[in-house]
Amino acid sequence: MSETIVIAEMNKNTIHPSTAELIAAACALGAEPTLIVPCTDAGAADSATSWSGISGLVAAKSTAFENYDAAGWASALDAIMPQGTIVTGASPQSKDLAARIAARRNLPVVQDVVKIEGNQVTSPVYSGKAMQTVALGSESVISVRSNVFTPVQEGGQTNVSVVDTTGDIATSVQEFMARASERLDVSEANIVISGGRGMGSPDNFSHLEAVADTIGAAVGASRAAVDTWEAIPHSMQVGQTGKTVNPNLYIAVGISGAIQHLAGMRSSRYIVAINKDADAPIFKHADYGIVATWEEALPVLQAQFQTMMD
Amino acid sequence: MPTIVVLVKQVPDTNAKIAINGQTVDLSAVKMVMSPYDEFALETALLHKEAAGGEVTALTVGGPASEKILKDAKAMGVDNIVRIESSESMDTNALQTVLKEAISSLGAEVVYCGKSAADTGAGSTGPGVAERLGWSSASNVISASFDGGLSVTAPGNGGNVRLSVPLPAVVSCDKGSFKVRKANIKGIMQAKKAAVDVRSIEAPPSTVIVVSQSLPPAKPAGKSYQGGQAAAEVAQLLRDEANVL
Repeated sequence: MSETIVIAEMNKNTIHPSTAELIAAACALGAEPTLIVPCTDAGAADSATSWSGISGLVAAKSTAFENYDAAGWASALDAIMPQGTIVTGASPQSKDLAARIAARRNLPVVQDVVKIEGNQVTSPVYSGKAMQTVALGSESVISVRSNVFTPVQEGGQTNVSVVDTTGDIATSVQEFMARASERLDVSEANIVISGGRGMGSPDNFSHLEAVADTIGAAVGASRAAVDTWEAIPHSMQVGQTGKTVNPNLYIAVGISGAIQHLAGMRSSRYIVAINKDADAPIFKHADYGIVATWEEALPVLQAQFQTMMD
Repeated sequence: MPTIVVLVKQVPDTNAKIAINGQTVDLSAVKMVMSPYDEFALETALLHKEAAGGEVTALTVGGPASEKILKDAKAMGVDNIVRIESSESMDTNALQTVLKEAISSLGAEVVYCGKSAADTGAGSTGPGVAERLGWSSASNVISASFDGGLSVTAPGNGGNVRLSVPLPAVVSCDKGSFKVRKANIKGIMQAKKAAVDVRSIEAPPSTVIVVSQSLPPAKPAGKSYQGGQAAAEVAQLLRDEANVL
């Protein structure tokens, strides 16, 4: 295999820790990668100098990386990257970028990779109802899901080389709109607690929020809850026509576990289900299942979390 | 007046159970439908036409069976329906090359598509086709307005961002605020009679080859508890056993 390149997952000019998982994934493809850090300030790359598993570290500096524009980012990165297989994260933005860069180089792209064996990579298809393994050619672009590969550790020492680049930005920002609430988005959180129609009313989501605040979780909802209650916005929906999440911990409360919902959360590392119906399909997928009403279980759960966090 | 293209794809009904036969997914017993996000794209394309005039063409790549979703699109109000003949599985490079040719030959200025298809979930088509055409793109769009040029709202920067998108452009659509219209009787009657424009475009060879498909590994049975008091024990196990807190 030719050279391997990892594009760092970025969050406002800092490297997201999941980048260490991408390096591990690239190593699994057979070679220590070069890590490229898209940034506006080259200092952003410093946090990666001590990571093991990388053969080179490049701070790609450009004003194009201030806001995300697919065409701008792809052109700025393409200009400074060697030929080779490229690995990105699988956030919505990074998948978009992966597709752009692949197209720019006339390469195929494989998204949402969760397993690598030699040149064969596996991704969920049909919303996780099946897995598909494909063989990569000599060069391709892949995006890798977070919370799957064990991140590389500290212990390396790599110097940063700074490269200036420019991108052709196509779109222009008219307005930034803050989210209606200060809450974490389900697609960004490492812990998600979601409610379904079993919560009885949208007002009762405040009990989920209380638990979420205790452990730093985002609050999600099933499609049934979003469709039933105007007050629960689609942006909270986890499932096939909502967001796909794979956090470390997913807590499903009053959610039966329709195939629609499972599609969006079944790859979570640990799943807790709270439901009063012992036959609810969600229990088949739960690591810890509690047969109880949310009124009984949530106060106990929150009290224990509170004790543990204090 | 813009020439608008909407990309549609036929996929298994999202409520369908997926079965495996040998090393391949068996879809023979599954109802096939238009990918749900494509319906939002179709709605947006029709809104664009209503605001700015022009024509909407629905475009799919697939075998004759996929003409059903083109008829569905016609019933909802598109002007033209085009199918690019294809029987083989293509990697993204091959598929996007075909789409690029088709979109160019239709003289499109703006292309709408779903944020991802319900079968692959990849979301590569919108940005990939835009790059090949040398066009701007916006992805995962939740609302669009057409007064004084195209402007869209999409998630970004920890909230939402409103972007102006210069044409030509490819826009991929999420559910957001789009309410998909229903076909009326007149539309359905017209769709029955409508002819599908079938074309063929040569695809470059695929270098990503499907090796196998399988069901996801079964999860070992979890621990189960009765009654709300057990939540305390579960909370503790999340730290001591699962190490996620």
